[in-house]
Amino acid sequence: MRLVQNVPFFSIMLCMVAGVGSAMLPRRGAQWLTAGLSAVICALNAWLLWFLLGYGKSYTYLMGHFPSPWGNELRAGTLEALTATVLSAVMLLSVLGGMRKAEEHVDLQKHALFYGMLDLVLAALMALIYTNDLFTAYVFVEIMTLASCAIIMARQVGHTMVAAMRYMMMSLLGSGLLLIAISLVYNLTGHLLMEPIRDSLAALVKTGAYRLPISVIIGLFFVGLGIKSALFPFHTWLPDAYGYATPTASAVLSSVVSKGYIFLLLKIFYRMIGIEVVRADHALALLFFFGLTAMVLGSVTAIRSHDLRRMIAFSSVAQIGYIYAGIGLGITAGVIAAMYHLIMHSLGKSMLFLSAWGLSDASGDSKRFADLRGAGYRYPKAGAAFTVGALGMVGMPVLGGFCSKLYFAGAAFQAGGASMWFLLCALVVSTLLNAFYFMHTVTGLYRRPRDGFEPKPFSRPRLTTVALWAFAGLNLLLGFFSQPLMQAIGDGLAMFS
Amino acid sequence: MTKNGRLSRWLADSQSPLDSAEIRALTEHAGDRSEQSTEAFDAREATRERKQRETVELERQLNRRVHEWSFTSGFRLLRRLYRVLAALTCGGIVFFLLLTVNALPPFGAAENPYNNEVSRRYIEDGLRETGSVNMVTGMILDYRAFDTFGESTVLFTGACAVLLLLKLNDCADGKPTKAWLEAEYDDRHHEPKNDQILQTAARALTPVVLLFGLYVVLNGHLSPGGGFSGGAIMGAGLVLYLNAFGFQNTERFFGYNTFRWTIFLALMTYAGLKSYSFYTGANHLESGVSLGVPGAIFSSGFILPLNICVGLIVMCTMYGFYTLFRKGGL
Repeated sequence: MRLVQNVPFFSIMLCMVAGVGSAMLPRRGAQWLTAGLSAVICALNAWLLWFLLGYGKSYTYLMGHFPSPWGNELRAGTLEALTATVLSAVMLLSVLGGMRKAEEHVDLQKHALFYGMLDLVLAALMALIYTNDLFTAYVFVEIMTLASCAIIMARQVGHTMVAAMRYMMMSLLGSGLLLIAISLVYNLTGHLLMEPIRDSLAALVKTGAYRLPISVIIGLFFVGLGIKSALFPFHTWLPDAYGYATPTASAVLSSVVSKGYIFLLLKIFYRMIGIEVVRADHALALLFFFGLTAMVLGSVTAIRSHDLRRMIAFSSVAQIGYIYAGIGLGITAGVIAAMYHLIMHSLGKSMLFLSAWGLSDASGDSKRFADLRGAGYRYPKAGAAFTVGALGMVGMPVLGGFCSKLYFAGAAFQAGGASMWFLLCALVVSTLLNAFYFMHTVTGLYRRPRDGFEPKPFSRPRLTTVALWAFAGLNLLLGFFSQPLMQAIGDGLAMFS
Repeated sequence: MTKNGRLSRWLADSQSPLDSAEIRALTEHAGDRSEQSTEAFDAREATRERKQRETVELERQLNRRVHEWSFTSGFRLLRRLYRVLAALTCGGIVFFLLLTVNALPPFGAAENPYNNEVSRRYIEDGLRETGSVNMVTGMILDYRAFDTFGESTVLFTGACAVLLLLKLNDCADGKPTKAWLEAEYDDRHHEPKNDQILQTAARALTPVVLLFGLYVVLNGHLSPGGGFSGGAIMGAGLVLYLNAFGFQNTERFFGYNTFRWTIFLALMTYAGLKSYSFYTGANHLESGVSLGVPGAIFSSGFILPLNICVGLIVMCTMYGFYTLFRKGGL
């Protein structure tokens, strides 16, 4: 085994050690530790990705001296390494971009704890991406849930307390359903690692035994992880949690936390249960339907919201709907489009949150659209970043959103039948609605301020500027290099089963 | 001119030039400063009062409307419908889950799927491979030690989240903060002080409880128990001592810094030891850890130190939760 193949293990362990160590560090030490850690993790995973592209197949990694059905195991392929690289880069830029704001929002004596929780979010993300063991996944889902609650309520105002409470209720409900599903799986198969589970489930399906428990298992996984990643009917915790938390927390929650759960669901469906079993069970049709509803209704709610950050939060609901609709299509092309959209959304949404905070700072700490008029002139860099992000979400050519929508449409044509028409209609409607509310906001940013508006002085931290430029650059790169990225995702997906 | 003279003149209803000057100074319009004039002031006050009255009235109307609306038949119907639907959904979910449980393999049957090669190896080869007489400990701290590391970190995460939420700043600029002093006062005010029965019982029980917890932790690989259960017992012992003797006594040996350092060192030791065995295992290297003689106290490789780490983490977390929820500090 080569040294580079240890990267999954190193990533998880480094993050956990950093998370635990942060509590012991002074304030500045903890925040730079988190930034440095994300950078190191990003570099390590990029190294692994480079190796895997040449290596051409996935491999498993023993966590200890005991092989597959007995001990814990990790597994790495192109898709895992790619997702880990991108999401840790997003983490790095979110931490840098929100660092100054977090100094205002989070009690200074609790800074180290806040950054320690961010490290643990990254640890949980790495574990969810790389694990090959269902119970390890559950343990790290717990870490992710608790740490996300903590980063929501790190800014201690009434709204975030309510939001964190609501998030905790919903998220624990999701964890509970997940745990029931895992124990049912163990009851039917006697395994906790993904490959042995798939083999035993395939044998069970062939004999036709236990049909009801298997459907219930699929449903529980789907609903449990759907609640946690804010799929449409279960999204009620999302707008407050994203809208009122400190910018680092909103960016990390929308771009990293929810993506980890989606990746886990993909893994469970593709690697553990087997996509044929899921498809035969009509669970995918339900996923597809929920995704389509989210695409349309999330955008409608975004139009109706009066506040910039809540609008972005509701737009997340719609974008998560895209990802689920892609997975629910049940064909490889759909999943590739969904994975691409996942990457696009995590890069775009964190940039939107950071720039929205900058813009509302430039408008006297207000996030109402009336006060935001002209903010693009008062803080040009944040305005430019917001515009790039908004155009990307709408699907402007050369930006990421365009490619993902194109691939969704391509996948719809490949799927054919009624689902093609449904997906195409939802795509058109959702894109129009997206364009309406995002462009409305962007044009508002470049209009004359309302009468009697007195701009107040505000700070433009250099770190935020750097992060926003880097985000904008990555979004452009994502659009330009969509083809090799799609290729890598496709290869990784082929390694999945 | 005396005051008496003025009074008598006033009574006689006659005015002197000086009086008229005084009267003019009191009643005349004071130049351009219109806001000082009585009429303008009155008018402004009246407007403000009117506005205030209007606002209060509007609010009262709104409240009344909302209140009445909550009793309208439409809203009541909606609320009732919501409750009925919620009950139906819950009932449906419970029904389906019960059906599922019914369709599962019967509990405890010999031919159940979970009686497979996995549990067989844990049972038959566990002693030889892990050196631990207690099979469960061997499983959670050797076969699946990574999960257990995750579990310990879940406890740490929970403790940190509660710290982030509840910990009060004890001092700002070298002075104790108001919130801290209030919490201290509340705690002393509401908790029993010098309760003879409690103190006598605690004096007798605490050492025994702590020793028993220590025994359970240290014998985790030999007898039932281990880090999780032993740590919970030790934590309970500390909580008992705290209740009997108050914070002044526990803070002498267990403050915030002790808490931080203990959890930190325990998790780091766990991470270090297990990283070594994960790394050697995955890279197929010889770990060189001797398992010793099964049944001896120093046996089964890393399991004893791992149990101690887990025990310390559980103890600190239990005690930390208790004190944080009680007065927002350690």
